[in-house]
Amino acid sequence: MPNSKNEKLIVLVEKMPAFPKSVQQIVQLTSDINASAKDIVRVIECDPIMTVKILKAINSSFYGLPQKITSVQRAVVHIGLNTIKNIALGVAAMGMLSANNKANFNTSNFLLHSLTTAAISKLLAERIGLSSTECSDCFVAGLLHDFGKVVFAEFMPDEFKLALEKSQEQQLPLHQTELEFIGINHSQAGKILAEKWELSDPLIDAIAHHHDIDHNQNVLRDCVFAANQISKHMQFGNGGNPLIEAFPESIVIRFGANLSAMCDDLGDLESIKIEAQSFINV
Amino acid sequence: MKIKFWGVRGSIPTPGPNTVKYGGNTTCIEIRTNDNDLIILDAGTGIHALAQTLLKEMPIQAHIFITHTHWDHIQGLPFFIPIFIPNNQIKIYGGIDPVTNETINRALSVQLQYSFFPIREAQLNARIEYATVKPGEPVKVGSATITPIVLSHPVLNFGYRIDCDGQSVFFTGDYEPQLNIYDPEDDEYTEFQSFVDAKWDEVVLAMKDVDALIVDSSYTNEEYASKQGWGHGTYDSGIKLATAAKAKKLFFTHHEPTRSDASLEAIYQNLLQNNPATGFELLLAQEGVDISL
Repeated sequence: MPNSKNEKLIVLVEKMPAFPKSVQQIVQLTSDINASAKDIVRVIECDPIMTVKILKAINSSFYGLPQKITSVQRAVVHIGLNTIKNIALGVAAMGMLSANNKANFNTSNFLLHSLTTAAISKLLAERIGLSSTECSDCFVAGLLHDFGKVVFAEFMPDEFKLALEKSQEQQLPLHQTELEFIGINHSQAGKILAEKWELSDPLIDAIAHHHDIDHNQNVLRDCVFAANQISKHMQFGNGGNPLIEAFPESIVIRFGANLSAMCDDLGDLESIKIEAQSFINV
Repeated sequence: MKIKFWGVRGSIPTPGPNTVKYGGNTTCIEIRTNDNDLIILDAGTGIHALAQTLLKEMPIQAHIFITHTHWDHIQGLPFFIPIFIPNNQIKIYGGIDPVTNETINRALSVQLQYSFFPIREAQLNARIEYATVKPGEPVKVGSATITPIVLSHPVLNFGYRIDCDGQSVFFTGDYEPQLNIYDPEDDEYTEFQSFVDAKWDEVVLAMKDVDALIVDSSYTNEEYASKQGWGHGTYDSGIKLATAAKAKKLFFTHHEPTRSDASLEAIYQNLLQNNPATGFELLLAQEGVDISL
């Protein structure tokens, strides 16, 4: 994709609305002076678009923070809830992401997959003993890993529709058919946006390489890769990609199990699905 | 370095017999370096009285650092007389608001609109400059170095540390140390607490070993119980900060608007009794008193 097209995409994404349920809840919670802080934070951190816009605002070089802020909770601690709430309200004022897009991309299914990948990614991070900061970063990385897809659905629906259809019909990886029809796949688009928004390097890397895990060592990306496959295996939505990738050796070594053994070991993840659904259904 | 408070009141000016001693103007602090460079922290109504003293020094160079853009910290700007007089140079520093993406020039331009003020921004005769400051990036004014840090308040708020001629002052602007928003039984509690602790350490480091720490201490603990999340500190949160930072003097400011001189002094006596061995001096910010560090 030529650079001018990338620039155009970046401008368009600025005006991208968030998911209907979170918009509705933010409007409701911010008009109640007694609304609890944790309820507000929960809504924001479960919406990829609100999350990304907050991280973008906080990490902008205008503020020049010495260290990147990688989660909504840390943003709240850093600058205070009211500023975060008002950024979210600004996003809500842009309207809601339509359930029907020209690409026929199922955005509810996408959100279910993103949220369950986020929660499982965090769970995996906890199991391998990462720090609490890294665990919360894993949630964010899982939530944002497929961000490029919803951008395609919104702004390149015709090409994305063809990519989705071919992936489905021929059981090909969606990131491969995206390359064919759009010239860039969702992880590359996600990387361009994440870099533009000055997100943290591990987060950018996890988004950029969640289908390409031989790239380099990144524990965040490994958690997202594994969680992505587990979410699809458990049928918690697939974000438009019908293929489940086996755990390559590095992932098996990292988590000490292959995909099916890991799914067995994790046991019943239904509660993760139910909680995710509570942020989706209007 | 010399310090003088010109406004010590929070939220709204409170003139009248009950505030005569400590003062009823909203926030404004004058700082003078040993070379007499003029640094002003915030432009509440106190800046008007400060301006009167500057008239004999014209032309002046003033560096005004705004902690945040709530009215009580900017409402004196249009009444800072030097802005109307040619040859004065006034530089106003502040952050970019992450919600509106507006820079600090808006603090003055919003007020100088037809509906709110008779004089237009274009009619100001002084040379006025605006500068965007970033957290952790020091700014030089003469021999002074001013370093901002983000401190939690309902709008973007900078605390400023001023290091100058071997001495240092830190002013919090309006600041409520972040509390854990989760309950101990919530899964998120521990993680959030680690973020709170990390930020606390960052804040303490920013004010480490200062000669004077000036804190927003709007509330008593009893008052704070019903005012959590309003964005202000307590006397005790100020003492906790000064203790951790090993400050040498602690000034309580942003006096709550209904607080009379008498009740302020009663609180102060209690604080002295309850904190007999802090290792630093506790002081109430009082308008018009010269403080040499």
